[in-house]
Amino acid sequence: MKFSRELQLPVFPEKETEKNKNIRNAYLGIPETGILYHHGLQFVPNLKESVLTELFRGRPVISADISKQEQDILSSLCPTNAFENNPFCLNLGKCVFCKECHFAMPEKIRFTNDYKIASNDPEMLKIYPGQDKPIEFNDAIRRKEVKKLFRKALKLRQVSAAGDNSCELELNASGNVNFDMGRYGIEFVASPRHADGIVITGPISENMAEALQTTWDAVPSPKVCILAGVDAISGGIFANSPALNRSFLSKYKIDLYVPGNPCHPLTFINGVLSLIGK
Amino acid sequence: MKESHIILSTNPAVFSTDDLPEIDYVQFWQELSSLMQDENNHVVAYFPLLHDDNKWNFICAVADDNKKNIRVYSHTCLREHAKLESLTPNINSIHIFEREMHENHGIEFPGNPWLKPVRWPYNRHESNSCMNNYPFFNIESKDLHQVGVGPVHAGVIEPGYFRFICSGETVHHLEIHLGYQHRGVEELFVSKSNYQQKAILSESIAGDTAVGHSLCYSQLIEQLASASVSESLSKERTIALELERIAIHIGDTAALCADIAYQLGQVVCESLRTVVINTTQFWCGNRLGKGFIRPGGTYYPITKKITDEILKNLEYVETRFKEMAAHLYSMPGTLTRFDGIGQVSKEQGIRAGLTGMAARMCGIKRDIRTSHPFQAFKNINYEPAVFNSGDVLARALLRRAEISKSIQLIRDIIDDIVSGDFSNGTDKTPDYNMSLKPDSACISMTEGWRGEIVHVAVTDNAGNICKYKITDPSLHNWTGLALAVRNQEISDFPICNKSFNLSYCGYDL
Repeated sequence: MKFSRELQLPVFPEKETEKNKNIRNAYLGIPETGILYHHGLQFVPNLKESVLTELFRGRPVISADISKQEQDILSSLCPTNAFENNPFCLNLGKCVFCKECHFAMPEKIRFTNDYKIASNDPEMLKIYPGQDKPIEFNDAIRRKEVKKLFRKALKLRQVSAAGDNSCELELNASGNVNFDMGRYGIEFVASPRHADGIVITGPISENMAEALQTTWDAVPSPKVCILAGVDAISGGIFANSPALNRSFLSKYKIDLYVPGNPCHPLTFINGVLSLIGK
Repeated sequence: MKESHIILSTNPAVFSTDDLPEIDYVQFWQELSSLMQDENNHVVAYFPLLHDDNKWNFICAVADDNKKNIRVYSHTCLREHAKLESLTPNINSIHIFEREMHENHGIEFPGNPWLKPVRWPYNRHESNSCMNNYPFFNIESKDLHQVGVGPVHAGVIEPGYFRFICSGETVHHLEIHLGYQHRGVEELFVSKSNYQQKAILSESIAGDTAVGHSLCYSQLIEQLASASVSESLSKERTIALELERIAIHIGDTAALCADIAYQLGQVVCESLRTVVINTTQFWCGNRLGKGFIRPGGTYYPITKKITDEILKNLEYVETRFKEMAAHLYSMPGTLTRFDGIGQVSKEQGIRAGLTGMAARMCGIKRDIRTSHPFQAFKNINYEPAVFNSGDVLARALLRRAEISKSIQLIRDIIDDIVSGDFSNGTDKTPDYNMSLKPDSACISMTEGWRGEIVHVAVTDNAGNICKYKITDPSLHNWTGLALAVRNQEISDFPICNKSFNLSYCGYDL
């Protein structure tokens, strides 16, 4: 029996062998036959090479010939002040991927469908004019033990600290039947006691600060801390809200930044794979 | 005789705050009490505005499901020692608004038996009150025990705290304590300077209802600026809204299957949800529709390529979901876990002021798409699906019915677009420089997948937004969940919770 990815329907071979016949009969013996048959294989075969739709808003590219005046226009129209000056760059940690800058100046900035935009170094998340290469990991600041300990299995506890449920949905999707990050031994677990680290989503509200600290303290060391989504990395659109308390982030080393609003499951999975060196 | 209120018959509707007749509180109390005897009426917004620094100016909007209009009342009281006799004993569903006003502004409501904190906003009136001191309801008995769960739950979900009072396995009372997600959204709507930032903010009120909330915001801004959008744009927005509904309903069905350990149902529905949200991504570049709906126009006009993709994917989803659902809801294993579990009666639903799905599963025919049509629904006679049993099964079957209705709705709209004229890129692009009508207020409502979303904006004399109020359906519906688990096994809480799937951040704002 072969499965066709295109149609997402299983295709039985034309010439039926004895073995195939047995498989078919076994299928017919249970009530869910048709459902299973039509379900076929749903997983994305290669999470590292998969190509997303062209419209997907991934890693941006800024034209090298952008003038100072144009830089100022872009800076002024960005809703989250993601453009930084001296030198001019776009910080993906602050970008909500609304694409307004592209629509204002389509020939100066464009968004590619490259979803591998996570890094362990916030400096690597800065896109300079003329830069058109994949976002990299900074090996110099990578903790040695992370790769050694968690390469084969990484269990994570997710803490939504005022996240809006979009990143949470995408993190759930990372483990679902399509993306199935469990194939690499990466999984979300229920208890911080069972976890090797936490994934924070949301801008971290004052009301959630204490619970976040308690959860972090409950995770046994050594442990990793991952920020998923623009809200967690910089506060995003909530950056200056007086209802936030982001002091937690200054206390601990952040091992991975996963940009996106929300982060795509492929962005998250590839980021974690880079972190554990897979 | 002078009118006691104004009647708005459009959605969204703009009115001048000066036109609003002011009545005294006693008259308001009596009128509202008699008005709410009719179960078709429900309060959609009730909040105070500070006037001249010494007086509260209250605005109360009551929607009528039957007459399809909104009544707006206004009354005032002095700011110092503000004290108003509570309406909650007569109109139970108004409790949440009174609690909110009490928490935010210190207004006293004598007679309200449940004047508890709502969400601990950073600018609360009692700045000394602390989250750890939530005044939980307590029953003194050595036969009862309490179970506390949260705020961090055993899954990838948002935080909230639940306290059950149980005897043995049976839950007698559930109290839900939220507020952990408070980000100060309403205040940011006032302080953020431009409409572009506010549009992004509206998508982040509840990220799972990005389209519902941003559509509510966009039509509000358009109405306040007297800007009109093309008919084709309103159709596109309607398609986007229905796609979101289909996706989340299928995802919720997957979650329900997971909770009863039916793995096939879970993985099939998960994969189907992926197909639907990838359709949204194909259209606008984001799986959850962020960056999609904008005031004044769109960056992603619909094209033949997109309608073909939508129709193709919906065909696939519909066939497979029908097959799955037919089997799922005929299995004895499912029925014993869903049927009769977590019941809410129609009477309870009306008293709690349930909206949207939570109302329609217990026999209340309440749907903004029918009662206060917006966007393309103005030209569509949408007949909502209603179930009467009020249990987990009703909520699950309601999802199935709404999925099939929404798929049909999208097909009809696309037929309409294809037979008429595609906008073909002639749609206007978003406009963030609109000038809003000064000294006015606007009430905008949409039916998100959870239920009615209400945004109210009030402008000052320069046309800037000086007050923004958001009512997510979850504000009322959390009460429905608390009622549903009464006298149930505590082990049934997860499926009751999933069957409602309420928003924490939409409540906490």
